[in-house]
Amino acid sequence: MENNFSLQIIAYNTIVRKEVLRFSRIWKQTLIPPVITNILYFIIFGNLIGERIGQINSFTYTDFIFPGLLLMSVITHSYTNTVSSLYISKYHRYIEELLVSPIQNYTILAGFITGGVIRGLAVGVVVILAAQFFVNFTVHSILLMLIVILLSSTLFSMCGFLNGLFANDWDDINVIPTFIMTPLTYLGGIFFSISMLPEVWQDIALVNPILYLINALRYSMLGITDVSIIFAFFIILIFNIFIFALCMYFLSIGKGLRT
Amino acid sequence: MNSPALLINNLTKVYSNGHKALHGINLEIPHGDFFALLGPNGAGKSTTIGIITSLIKKTEGDIQIYGIDIDKNFVEAKTYIGLVPQEINFNTFEPINEILTNQAGYYGVTRDEAIPESEKLLKKLGLWDKRFHFSRKLSGGMQRRLMVARALIHKPKLLILDEPTAGADVEVRRLMWDYLKFLNENGTTIILTTHYLEEAENLCKNIAIIDDGKILRNSSMRNFLNELKSENLILYTENPLKNDFSVEGLDINIIDENTCEVSISVDSSINFLIEELSKKGVKVKSLKNKTSRLEELFIRMVDKNGK
Repeated sequence: MENNFSLQIIAYNTIVRKEVLRFSRIWKQTLIPPVITNILYFIIFGNLIGERIGQINSFTYTDFIFPGLLLMSVITHSYTNTVSSLYISKYHRYIEELLVSPIQNYTILAGFITGGVIRGLAVGVVVILAAQFFVNFTVHSILLMLIVILLSSTLFSMCGFLNGLFANDWDDINVIPTFIMTPLTYLGGIFFSISMLPEVWQDIALVNPILYLINALRYSMLGITDVSIIFAFFIILIFNIFIFALCMYFLSIGKGLRT
Repeated sequence: MNSPALLINNLTKVYSNGHKALHGINLEIPHGDFFALLGPNGAGKSTTIGIITSLIKKTEGDIQIYGIDIDKNFVEAKTYIGLVPQEINFNTFEPINEILTNQAGYYGVTRDEAIPESEKLLKKLGLWDKRFHFSRKLSGGMQRRLMVARALIHKPKLLILDEPTAGADVEVRRLMWDYLKFLNENGTTIILTTHYLEEAENLCKNIAIIDDGKILRNSSMRNFLNELKSENLILYTENPLKNDFSVEGLDINIIDENTCEVSISVDSSINFLIEELSKKGVKVKSLKNKTSRLEELFIRMVDKNGK
């Protein structure tokens, strides 16, 4: 049992190291683009359009949208890291290195998720650094901020893993980010407070899980939120548990990996 | 070591499209064996290997690796196995030394332990100079050798090779043969599938022939080869042969004016053949087996099974 534990720990470290090296080697593709994208958002939405919008809850428009932009960068890159890494390893068949080895399913999942989370956090750090030139960076609760970023990143790493299991071709790894994640993120209140929406749309917006992530992060940074922060955490935790259970189930039946 | 290296009991595989790839096969491979698993394409060799290494899920049956049931304790069972798959499956953007140390990590071997072992293997297999190269930069033969190194990095007791020399040139093949013999002599049990029957004949102690998901034959290589009643020889003569040339008691087929094919009983001596031809004024310059003995038997057995 002890041997199995140390084996799984060494294997986990190996997967994480491999994942981190993978995205670090291609830092120009993984760490620089989110900086450029966010700078464009700050200039266009924050400065040019934001000046006409004025303040929201006594924050400038740039300050108001920053938590949402930060979260969008973190979750997008966590997701992309896991889905692309898993799918490429399936495509080139070197996933078999893991499958024939004595690694448990939970170790494989934990390794890939950690890789995604580390990339998400790395992107978060560079975006925060870039934002210093445009945003009045404030933190309401650093602990809360770290927890929200960590849980959001974990959730989307797992979603990416799930997508990677089901993906059979390159199109499949773009369908969910393009047609589901991006619309939900944009409609999740990055650029607006849902209190600005008509009542019917406010109710519809509440069904969007990303709304809770954005509001939880906005609360941790600016101290303002459109939804109950306790309920937001409840939703984030429930989704984490649900997606984790799905990943473990599909790994156990070998979906997309074993014949 | 009392438990066999591999014990397969009633192994059955039915794919989701209804194709039955394995019909309840049984196999026992003792520790220290060099075992050939042969069969035509689609016979069930790769399915069997896939199930042993858990890349394919079995429908029914039991597998034990050194007495450990893979369903009950797959972690321990899998630490005993090293696999050289049929197709190249590296991360092509990873340097060679990383491929080996990562693979070791998946088996619970720390990097500190893996680095000297990787150096040993890379030197032995002639890849040390390439250790910082990406695997995609290697030639086909080098990639084959790297696959062997990767399978051995955690020092498995049971090495499974699925057509390890496919596409490799003669030099690489000889190097691999020597290395596999060395491993086997030093206690590694080896299971080999190959389409080069000469390879199996030269290396393996025991053999199983599988076709249509059934084991047609499982015996020692020596007993199996003894079943060959006659063999076909190609003779090159100094003087030209006429089209109607024949010798009583010999089955001769003229190929061209200086070449003929002769079928003789394995009990007959070559001297008898040469003497009989000499009596007819034919001098033999050289001769060779038309095919390897194993190939001859393999073809007959598979033909008999309806192929």
